[in-house]
Amino acid sequence: MTALFLPAMAALVSALLALAVASAVAADANRAHLAAMGSLGICGLGVILSTGFLLTGGQADGLTIGVGLPGMPLHLVLDGLSGAFLVLLMLAGVAASAAALDDHGAYRATAPFFPAFIAGMALTLLAGDGFALLLGFEVMSIASFALVLTDHRTPEVRSAALLYIGVATVGAVCLVAALGLLSFGGDFSFAVIRAHPPEGWRATAIMVLTLIGAGSKAGLVPLHVWLPPAHAAAPGHVSALMSGAMTKIALYVLIRLMFDLCGPGQPIWWGAPLVILGAVGAVLGGLRANMEADIKTVLASSTVEHIGLIAVGLGVALAARSADLTGLAALAFGGALLHAMAHALFKSLLFLAAGATQHAAGTRRLDRLGGLIARMPKTTVMVLIGAAGLSALPPTGGFAGEWSLMQAVIAAPRIGGLGWQILMCVAAAMMALAAALAASAAVRLIGVAWLGRPRSPRAAGATDPGRPMLAALAGLAGLSIAVGLFPGAVLGLLAPAIGFATGAGPGAHAGAFMIAAQTDQPGYAAPAIAVVLGLAGAAVFFAIRRWTVAGERRAPAWDCGFGAPPAWLPFGDPATQYGGASFAQPLRRALGTSLMAAREKVDMPDPGDLRPASLTVTLADPSAAYLFAPSGRLRDRLAEYADRMQLLTIRSTLAVMFIALLVFLIAIAGLQHL
Amino acid sequence: MGHLAYDAAHLFGGAVLALSFVLLYQRRLTAVINAYALQALVLAIAAAWQGWAQGAPHLFLTAAITLGVKAIAIPLGMHSFVRRLGMNRAVESALGVFPSMALGVGLVALSIMVVLPVTAQSHMLTREDLALALSVVLMGMLMMISRRTALTQVIGFMSMENGLILAAVSVEGMPLVVELSVAVLVLLAFAVFGVFFFRIRDQFDSLHLDHLDRVDGGPR
Repeated sequence: MTALFLPAMAALVSALLALAVASAVAADANRAHLAAMGSLGICGLGVILSTGFLLTGGQADGLTIGVGLPGMPLHLVLDGLSGAFLVLLMLAGVAASAAALDDHGAYRATAPFFPAFIAGMALTLLAGDGFALLLGFEVMSIASFALVLTDHRTPEVRSAALLYIGVATVGAVCLVAALGLLSFGGDFSFAVIRAHPPEGWRATAIMVLTLIGAGSKAGLVPLHVWLPPAHAAAPGHVSALMSGAMTKIALYVLIRLMFDLCGPGQPIWWGAPLVILGAVGAVLGGLRANMEADIKTVLASSTVEHIGLIAVGLGVALAARSADLTGLAALAFGGALLHAMAHALFKSLLFLAAGATQHAAGTRRLDRLGGLIARMPKTTVMVLIGAAGLSALPPTGGFAGEWSLMQAVIAAPRIGGLGWQILMCVAAAMMALAAALAASAAVRLIGVAWLGRPRSPRAAGATDPGRPMLAALAGLAGLSIAVGLFPGAVLGLLAPAIGFATGAGPGAHAGAFMIAAQTDQPGYAAPAIAVVLGLAGAAVFFAIRRWTVAGERRAPAWDCGFGAPPAWLPFGDPATQYGGASFAQPLRRALGTSLMAAREKVDMPDPGDLRPASLTVTLADPSAAYLFAPSGRLRDRLAEYADRMQLLTIRSTLAVMFIALLVFLIAIAGLQHL
Repeated sequence: MGHLAYDAAHLFGGAVLALSFVLLYQRRLTAVINAYALQALVLAIAAAWQGWAQGAPHLFLTAAITLGVKAIAIPLGMHSFVRRLGMNRAVESALGVFPSMALGVGLVALSIMVVLPVTAQSHMLTREDLALALSVVLMGMLMMISRRTALTQVIGFMSMENGLILAAVSVEGMPLVVELSVAVLVLLAFAVFGVFFFRIRDQFDSLHLDHLDRVDGGPR
């Protein structure tokens, strides 16, 4: 029975690829429908298979298929770790496919890339050698690049996609180098690499390359710059998959290389880069989520924040495992996986809802939305559930994940010396700050876009999306609630992955109704909290009903922000409401000026001048300003030099070759005499 | 291989290298051609000596080709070019004597430092001859970039090729195919360059390559 899971999953991957081909040759009219319907069915089977695999113990299984480079058959492996991420991927895939069924004729051009995208991610998870891993990873990159370009007539979409593929290429180059360094005697299969883990400078180089290669795709600071624009530019169901699943696949590659293939013998400080990058990313992403003016960019920035939190957990797990504290490693790793699972669900939900909102209201800009709660009531309920997870409110999955991560970080100072302890204290403070920033971003998102009054006629005419999209949203919301109420059960499901990576089961501290940091200590009992919160809510509700004044009275809205109504707008101008930029201002002035180089420019016309006054706010991500812009300038300068070389005279060209030859010879001579 | 064989092979290799130095600073075109012919002659003798010392008869064929083509036919052709182009008395400023000698000595030192450690397991004679051959190749390239007319550049190119032949004959067991193909290649290159000279000459009334730079849109 267990031996059947891997061949079945491999068959699903081939079916997805066949579906991509079939939808590419299908007639224009039913192409998108075919791709979405097929992916829905295949991903549904995938959910059942991967869950079944984890429930039956997750015994590792291998398979070799004679496809690939000559003399290099593809190795496929299904073990606990890949099983856990497959569940996550397939769940997000089902939801995204269902949402893609709610097509408005916009997805037709890039429809074949949708199943190919899922197939690439699944192949990455099933890879049993370096070549298969890279193949899957690159199929995923290219397919998602094409999907981002769905609305290619918009210049912003094109520039976002170009930035994305540029960063993806840099990441791929680093991953190729990392896998090349990992290979043992020209053998790329994971089983061989695992038996000969790298050491010394080779291991360090592999770690750095993996952090760049996989981290850039996951959205780890400082290579996260591409993520907000690309996730915002893609259609809703694609951004849901990219944010919900693709970032996790990148984390899977990071885990596979750094936890599994590099072996447990690495030094403790290996966890530090992950912790530092994760904590910085969490704060930066959370801060940016409070300032962006586009609902999908807000969500994407929050993805950067959550990936940062997960990376902190992975760093702690890596360090704890090196220090032989397997219990702590399992706690941190379990927290990271749990949060990854919760994030995949609620972030997919929110991105799907954002896509539906964009279609219904014709815009993603906060300053054009508003009052959606009355016009899209069903969507609003789902969005509230997702936003509760995003802001880590109990009893959601987001809270369970962040609680576990926080417990791990609080327990982590005993791993190392003073430096590590200080790092952990700072990381804990930054995680807390990030969680608060996320909550504030969620309040801003809901408060501006869903409450208040519509700021544009299109927003006033928004309606709930079609049935498939609502079904996808409802399914994700239901799963989010389930993960939130029974995090222990989810940890139990993920036990094979945790055991595989850390060598310890979540065991005693993950019961069905409670998770705890240590076996004999009280922990977090989600159902009980939910019951208490529910009772408290009911009590408040009945108290209000009991003591409230009977009847209702209509009055003008809170006046602050609403200008005196002009003659032609008797109820005030909705554009003067408290908006996204107004919500962001306190944080922008407190933190944004130093961290995000936020600048405000007030243009006040002189008295008598008829020009409107204006306030311009500019933001710059530090990574864009200090890493991407200088490297762009460097590239331009190098291109200029290369250009100059094309115009050299014959003698100079010969001289360049001669000097190059001399340099090589001198290098050889120097190496010989060392 | 006895002492005499070793010393004589060394002597001929060294003579080829010394003629490379001569090529490097010669200013008169006819003298450059003569120096090249002399280098090819010494190379032919070196090949014949190696053929006798190694007991490899095919090296005599190499020597005959080198003698016939590179020591006699090509220099005669070159002289006729020079006559037909009316450049009998042409003087060309290369690098000065001192800089070209200093650079040449540097290149020889570099090739010894590269070759000797790399070939530590090989036969002693092979190693030193390889070092000499590499020096000849490098100095041929140096000549190509330090000279200004197409004719002397071609001689630099062929002197470089002399270094390759020297390397080929001094390694035992190298099949004749290599030398033959290199020789044919050089002959073809010589024919092409000949056509090229006259085209350049027709166009610009000179063999100076600076004229070429101007038409290809070189740096302004």
